Amino acid sequence: MNPIILAIGIVSAIGLLSGLGLAIASIIMAVPADPKTDCIVEVLHGINCGACGYYGCYGYAEALASGETVNTALCAPGSTLVSKEIARLTGLTAGEIIPSAAVVLCQGNTQNTGTKLVYIGAKTCKMANQLFSGQKNCSYGCLGFGDCVDACGYDAIHICEDVARISPLACTACKKCVKACPKGLIEMLPVHEAKAAVLCANKEKGFETRRQCRTGCTGCMKCVQVCPEGAITVTNLCAKVDYEKCTACGKCVAVCPVNSIQIIDLRKFAKKAKV
Amino acid sequence: MKMFMVIIFTGILTENFVLAKFLGICPFLGVSQKLHTAMGMSAAVIFVMVLATAVTYPINQALLVKYHLEYLQVIVFILVIAALVQLVEIILKRYIKPLYKSLGIYLPLITTNCAVLGVVFLNLSKSFSYTQSLVNSFGAGVGFMLAMFMFAGVRGRMENCDIPKFMQGLPITLIAASLVSVSFLGFGGVVEGIFK
Repeated sequence: MNPIILAIGIVSAIGLLSGLGLAIASIIMAVPADPKTDCIVEVLHGINCGACGYYGCYGYAEALASGETVNTALCAPGSTLVSKEIARLTGLTAGEIIPSAAVVLCQGNTQNTGTKLVYIGAKTCKMANQLFSGQKNCSYGCLGFGDCVDACGYDAIHICEDVARISPLACTACKKCVKACPKGLIEMLPVHEAKAAVLCANKEKGFETRRQCRTGCTGCMKCVQVCPEGAITVTNLCAKVDYEKCTACGKCVAVCPVNSIQIIDLRKFAKKAKV
Repeated sequence: MKMFMVIIFTGILTENFVLAKFLGICPFLGVSQKLHTAMGMSAAVIFVMVLATAVTYPINQALLVKYHLEYLQVIVFILVIAALVQLVEIILKRYIKPLYKSLGIYLPLITTNCAVLGVVFLNLSKSFSYTQSLVNSFGAGVGFMLAMFMFAGVRGRMENCDIPKFMQGLPITLIAASLVSVSFLGFGGVVEGIFK
């Protein structure tokens, strides 16, 4: 047979067979795609924070579309707006989200504390924490290198005077900063109620804490004695407020000798930001 | 047996596809930022390389060499490999969903990658038998995985460094890759020495 014809024939045959094979395979082994999933993904923010508990925004959309979950209120950053959109698309009832915002529980800025070593290394909190628990005098406080700033997808965190501070207006409660902080200093506080919070995590003895930071909690227990609800407990020489019991009466703030405990009132931000 | 070891280790070390032959740079640079994406990509590359060799070798022997049509090798190989990978993707998506989720997205990226085509042609140029070709492809894939993992580590370290503005991004990445490649030159003669 003419070699040119043979060549053309072989390549064409292989091409045709492959094409046919693929076409048949794509029909036989087609995966039924749920268009609802794509619609829901459009409504979600798309930062894949994982606050909903599913594997990214697509995971949550799939769970909603397949009926695996009927809770439309799992998306914390999306809040009530996204919850309503999901309810509209899926026909489920919109859930209630208790809006909260992240707060950094540390006041160890340049005025209140100093540094115990000159740190020359990678400028991340995680790395600095490996070396004698960081460069600040207090081994438990905010290091100010901004791992939380990098983690935040909404530009809500900034470093002011060597301490991270979160803007409640911009915070969407996605909790990425909570996971990023190597000291575990960030906690979620409700937006619609004022609460007292201990802005310290120092577990040293009283005189040691006083030496390290001007606003460090010494574990003196004055706040515990004066709280009418019994909302404050001291563990490891550091006070902690139970936010469920706290009524923000302010008695603890008045009695604290180092101003370590403060009332966090985010209600004025609530009206402006959240829907 | 010794010959298979020589072939595998040559593919991994001395003739590493990415660092010595400079094939498959595209997925190497594109997917090596994080360790777990590097793992998915390497697994996909090993799989496609071995599968491509397994299918193209018989086609080459039965059709192209028999009828003296070696000049058609490039076209036929690309055709077959592309169709094959597409078929694998369809099958994975339908029957093994978790595997598709982890490495399915990388399959279209390496369908006609020069590394995959390169390994097929390399087997031909070295006149390997069928089993030798399969072993060589597997070794090439593992070498690719080694290069990716090492470079993912290097890139992770580079993230925390102060890099001058004009070097940030691609320039410093390429320089780092070339330095890793130079370091692999040190493996010359090692394989022959071990399996002498």
